[in-house]
Amino acid sequence: MKLSVDIEKRLGDFHLRASFTAEEETLALLGASGCGKSVTLRCIAGILTPDRGRITLGDRVLFDSAAGVNLRPQQRQVGYLFQQYALFPNMTAAQNIRCAVPAKGAERDRLTAEYLRSFHLEGLGGHYPAQLSGGQQQRVALARILASRPQAILLDEPFSALDEYLKWNLETELTDLLSGFSGPILWVSHDPEECCRNCRRVCILEAGRTGRVASMEEMLLHPETAGAARLAGCRNFVPAVSDGTCLTVPAWSVTLPRRVPAGQWTLGVPAGAIRLGEGPLRGTVERVRRDMRHAALLVRLAGAERDAPPLWAELPAPADIPPGAETALSLDPERVWVLPG
Amino acid sequence: MDWYPLWNSLRIAAISTAVIFFAGIAAAYYVARLPRVIKGLLDVVLTLPLVLPPTVVGYLLLRVLGPKRVIGAWALEVFGVKLVMTWWSAIFATAVVIFPLMYRTVRGAFEAFDETLADAGRTLGLSNTYIFWRVRMPCCRQGILAGTVLSFARALGEYGATSMIAGYTPGRTATISTTVYQLWRTNDDALAFRWVLVNVAISAVILLAVNLLERRQRETAAPGRRRTA
Repeated sequence: MKLSVDIEKRLGDFHLRASFTAEEETLALLGASGCGKSVTLRCIAGILTPDRGRITLGDRVLFDSAAGVNLRPQQRQVGYLFQQYALFPNMTAAQNIRCAVPAKGAERDRLTAEYLRSFHLEGLGGHYPAQLSGGQQQRVALARILASRPQAILLDEPFSALDEYLKWNLETELTDLLSGFSGPILWVSHDPEECCRNCRRVCILEAGRTGRVASMEEMLLHPETAGAARLAGCRNFVPAVSDGTCLTVPAWSVTLPRRVPAGQWTLGVPAGAIRLGEGPLRGTVERVRRDMRHAALLVRLAGAERDAPPLWAELPAPADIPPGAETALSLDPERVWVLPG
Repeated sequence: MDWYPLWNSLRIAAISTAVIFFAGIAAAYYVARLPRVIKGLLDVVLTLPLVLPPTVVGYLLLRVLGPKRVIGAWALEVFGVKLVMTWWSAIFATAVVIFPLMYRTVRGAFEAFDETLADAGRTLGLSNTYIFWRVRMPCCRQGILAGTVLSFARALGEYGATSMIAGYTPGRTATISTTVYQLWRTNDDALAFRWVLVNVAISAVILLAVNLLERRQRETAAPGRRRTA
């Protein structure tokens, strides 16, 4: 079973064009906030209606503007895990699950009890959502979704509002609970680390447009757009010109031996492409910002224009470089990213 | 003391509140789903009776329900009933006057409702009817109850439109408010004061009920979702 999406949707100034296919896998839908991730999920679930396009799940057509098909959310069998779980506050955990079980009478009670058990919710069936912890709420929400027998599951930024420790634990638990599910799962997130931990493949959504589906490694090592490069952690972007043999960055007065077609490009310089301490370039450390694992250094290149884009380099944590220090450095021409635009 | 006005007021208020309970909820639910322009227009029309003087409402009602007017003449011809100057004529007046109260209170409650709950229900395969009665209504219960109680209180005290469309006939169309006016007019101060006390007592009880409901709503809304594992 696979989920194919090819839709367009206008919402005011925002224009979504999403096109991708998820196999029986957990596919990451990665993008910055406001890029249309939730709109895409809502279109797939049938909560929003795309302007045109086609959505299929296995051999079922969920939406096809050309053929006039638009199944109601109830008919789509697409489970949707909302950010805040959207448990019904007026129902107990057991009632929340029970209402989604497509069975009657005693069979319904039996299945409800079974879901409570397999999602480690024994003894909590009588609790209301407000009385449950975040982790328990997540388990109820997932149990409720799986009880409705979906053929695909959409996870809408399941951990966006949680602290790191809690996020780690819930994430582990979520992947365990989902391991029995065989259909496609879309994991929407703005956090590449989270996608890396949970998904093999990723589709990047940038300003309402999806890119191609690639493996996580490919996305992180060879991003194809500035947006993808930003998501992969790159902080340095600068206009560059190629004459076919060399790539020149006028703002930094730097020329790199990298062969790309002649024209205007955007050069993305990930921290990994900068070597400090040796090389032909000279620079001054202007600022140092430290976190637990790294020290980020803002380097002003000798010969750079006054308002040139900054260059942030990185050193492992106890980096003892004071602001104002002079340093030699080099840019690895094979590890910089040459991006369109 | 003839207790007929109390009984008459209570039944008029109860019946009109029961009717407006459903009408107000239906209007609040469907108006929210209309395109913005139509919604704005309809909102003005539906709220108008709240700001119009009750005598204007009474006048307009007489214009359509009077025995020589469109609906009044039709009812007289087909069913042989007069729509004005009977005890239940007052139901028309109170219903129109309390409708905006119910409509606006319920709309406020519906607007505060988290639509993702309805979306979640639909993706789980629950019918819209189920979601409305088992999720939306229970979640908005306090607001709907408050609107009902307020409407009932307002219906109980309605005077202007009622006096115009039902008049004052002792033992037939008299309500508490028209009785108080009549007693004051005829200088029966002692009896008028007794009815005033009855009215104040009923209103106080009702407002107390509204406050209790609102406090309970705050308490159920306040704890929110706990975010700890």
